[in-house]
Amino acid sequence: MRHDIVIIGGGPAGLAAAVSAYENGIEDILILERDERLGGILNQCIHNGFGLHTFKEELTGPEYAARYIDKALNYGIPYKLGAMVTEVTKDRKVTYVREGEGVVTIEAGTVILAMGCRERPRGALGLPGFRQAGVYTAGTAQRLMNIEGYKIGKEVVILGSGDIGLIMARRMTLEGAKVKVVAELMPYSGGLKRNIVQCLNDFDIPLKLSHTVTCVHGKDRVTGVTISEVGPDRRPIPGTEEYYDCDTLLLSCGLLPENELSKTAGVELDRVTGGAVVSDDLETSVPGIFSCGNVLHVHDLVDYVSQEAERAGLKAVGYVRALANEALNEHAEVVADTDGESGVEASGRIRIKGEGGVRYTVPQFLNYESMDEKVTVRFRVGDVYKDRSLVLYYDGEEKKRMKKRVMAPGEMENVVITKAGLNGKVKEIVIRVEE
Amino acid sequence: MTEELTCIRCPIGCALTVTIDGDNVTVTGNSCPRGAEYGAKEVTDPTRIVTSSVRVINGAQPLVSVKTASDIPKDKIFAVMEEIHKCKASAPISIGDVIITDVAHTGVDIVATRMVTAV
Repeated sequence: MRHDIVIIGGGPAGLAAAVSAYENGIEDILILERDERLGGILNQCIHNGFGLHTFKEELTGPEYAARYIDKALNYGIPYKLGAMVTEVTKDRKVTYVREGEGVVTIEAGTVILAMGCRERPRGALGLPGFRQAGVYTAGTAQRLMNIEGYKIGKEVVILGSGDIGLIMARRMTLEGAKVKVVAELMPYSGGLKRNIVQCLNDFDIPLKLSHTVTCVHGKDRVTGVTISEVGPDRRPIPGTEEYYDCDTLLLSCGLLPENELSKTAGVELDRVTGGAVVSDDLETSVPGIFSCGNVLHVHDLVDYVSQEAERAGLKAVGYVRALANEALNEHAEVVADTDGESGVEASGRIRIKGEGGVRYTVPQFLNYESMDEKVTVRFRVGDVYKDRSLVLYYDGEEKKRMKKRVMAPGEMENVVITKAGLNGKVKEIVIRVEE
Repeated sequence: MTEELTCIRCPIGCALTVTIDGDNVTVTGNSCPRGAEYGAKEVTDPTRIVTSSVRVINGAQPLVSVKTASDIPKDKIFAVMEEIHKCKASAPISIGDVIITDVAHTGVDIVATRMVTAV
């Protein structure tokens, strides 16, 4: 079996990539989804606030997903549910396991990686205490409540102020639970400001910054937690312990792009994002393998995921056409050569770097010759900055300075780079936070 | 009187300054008209969209996610939730189907935000 485009993941990224590829003229697409339905994480995000950029209206997660699912179904884009991909190779062979089919290997003209991300689990946090019941990652609790229909607990403490934790603070309050406190290790919240307002402030739930859980009490079930203040070194300060009675502890301590399959394909990963290193066309270091959505870098807005995935779909179509065109077979080989071990250092590429407070950029480099007239570079900052400037340098020379009232790690920033402005001479672009 | 608010109409979260001078309410710091509207409303008549889920009878899934079709007064959130908790819906359900009419006398309906097929 062979397909022009194989998309791994049927969440917001995979769906938008599929719809875009179809609309740009390639119909031989296959979406592989491991869950029992399309839509991914949006299915459990029943709150509103999605789609303001894409649809100019405020939708809930399931409604946003339905817009793309309906399109994919109307176009008749093939998809398989319950299909767990176990391997992707460098030469684009995709192996999946599925009930009734067994282990199947298919060939792909291009592969679009759209596997999303997962939550940092309890085991990665070094939480003291027994392995008692009542400790959940916020997303697991969200799924249990919103999809499976279970009640999670009555008295809740939340560690971490990521968006899912904040959303769950409100959700559990509305369902009759008492959320006693949200503790955040960092001196700032990892979530969106609007979620602090409408999920915590609206319900008088206290947010304790620079605090962490130092003990989880109870043997079979959580009976309470101890929270301590932390110093600038993020270590608990003795004597600041506070005890909270509770039966449930939710963890909202970060999301990790799920790149196990990218690794089997030999895709070069970025140390900071945990996702692939990509060019402006969202192609990874392995030719013909593209990456988009939360598997590439964790986004704050699904609207940006959709935009990014639509580009990945479009660029994958370009790759399929180039492959199909015999005259371009040579070109494909050249690409394969320059995309080898040296990756981003290859010639004709413009490196984009984040410095001085800019933690990373996506994409990490531009192909000047093939780049679009405008390329949006997205990034996150490493701290909360007030009244600073974002400064763009081309080969060490200041190109643009943008005033920013507030920047925070929880919110993605972007700059638009124009091809015209690069002149064909620029070799390195640096983005910095300055006074 | 001035109030500092964070706009919640979209995830950008603009920092708003709302000045109230008698009947005059002015909003600054917003980057779109929705922000101005939110700022003025938040200090005079705060409202919210409420989302939740309702038990389904005969459905392929146990729950259907729902929302208030438009925003409701903030102080009615728990009254709305009480009605949602009491309610059960019968499959099949389509997106937009009315699950509760005039919830908690707000004049606003509760509508489904997901499709649930019948078994």
